[in-house]
Amino acid sequence: MSDDLFRYVLRLADDHLILGQRLGEWCGKAPSLEEDLALANIGLDCLGQARALYTCAGKVEGKGRDEDDLAFLRPEREYCNALLVEQPNRDFAWAIARQFYFSAFMLPFWRQMAKSGDDDLRAIAAKAEKEVAYHLRHSAEWVIRLGDGTEESRRRMIAALEELFIYTGELFEMDDVALAMVSEGVGVDASALRDEWRRTVDGVLAEAHLAAPEAAYDQSGGREGRHTEHLGHLLSELQYMQRAYPGLEW
Amino acid sequence: MGVVVADALNPSNVRSRRAWEVAAAVPDPEIPVVTLADLGILRSVECDDDGAVIARVTPTYSGCPATQLIEQMVLEELKRDGFDNVRVESVMSPAWTTDWITAEGREKLRDFGIAPPVKASNSIRALFGETAVNCPLCGSEDTERISEFGSTPCKALYRCRTCLEPFDYFKCL
Repeated sequence: MSDDLFRYVLRLADDHLILGQRLGEWCGKAPSLEEDLALANIGLDCLGQARALYTCAGKVEGKGRDEDDLAFLRPEREYCNALLVEQPNRDFAWAIARQFYFSAFMLPFWRQMAKSGDDDLRAIAAKAEKEVAYHLRHSAEWVIRLGDGTEESRRRMIAALEELFIYTGELFEMDDVALAMVSEGVGVDASALRDEWRRTVDGVLAEAHLAAPEAAYDQSGGREGRHTEHLGHLLSELQYMQRAYPGLEW
Repeated sequence: MGVVVADALNPSNVRSRRAWEVAAAVPDPEIPVVTLADLGILRSVECDDDGAVIARVTPTYSGCPATQLIEQMVLEELKRDGFDNVRVESVMSPAWTTDWITAEGREKLRDFGIAPPVKASNSIRALFGETAVNCPLCGSEDTERISEFGSTPCKALYRCRTCLEPFDYFKCL
């Protein structure tokens, strides 16, 4: 039970740390000042959620590891985030599509998690649910603006939505760890959220006059530590300080 | 709230009340016109029989960088006031909501030029249905949102179409 719970919480923590890091990459070079603030703010929310989740995971594991140990001292294969969140910022449309797909999933996910039998997860979820509502609204507005905008913005929005679509199926996968958590009354049945997610996505795409993408296949593996080539590069930046100067404190 | 009601016959309750007053007066580091009590961040202050003080604070937004600083400020202020044995704990549940900002806190925000949260609600549906935000400077309802995200995690950027001034809006959460 506690090993499954550790892995379950760690996955959620990794999702949010990695996405927060990706969003932070926009700091100082987003398309406008308002967007710079927006992406940094969303990244901060993700980072805050990750910190609470890592602290919770460390407590469950009971080996004395804190949020920093878990964030900075694990190698790539021990990271169990979904592949979607590690995908790079090829352009602004990619960042928006990634956020839109993820937030449309996290909103119902946190809403369910807010009824979890685990006190820590319930508390984290209650706060995160309200924050994600903002993230979803922000990214959905941009999907519409770009998708129904100029020829160039539309082309880029379509490309991002289509290319990232193969990573969305992984969000709904239920393996033994996730199933065990659902049967304990702690976790969320992600597979049951797929219809709601699809309705959210299709509704926004219809408003943007975009066709809903279909995945030829689902790419997954992140939950078992099999990542795309992008995660290693991200971690090399994220973990640089602790790798170069082990134990360094501010 | 969790503060022990002061009882003149019970010295530890007098200390509790004093400790509450000290912690409650700590200003928010980002918006110094409001205190922790105004924002509803300070959840309880307890003083046990050994004289140890436990102050409980709740984070506002998950990613609010001021959270750690706030805990440190509470610790320092209580120590400065003579409480030697102080512990500051962070409580996540129940989750903070803008409903906990006091009426006085809302007025202080408005006087400072920040529009307080429009409707008191912790329902996420209210977030999507947010309506008119009154300009804190001229009171006009004719305002528009420039950006959902502002200078701190708790604020959005607005502009008044009547007096043309830009202003911060404290978001509903």
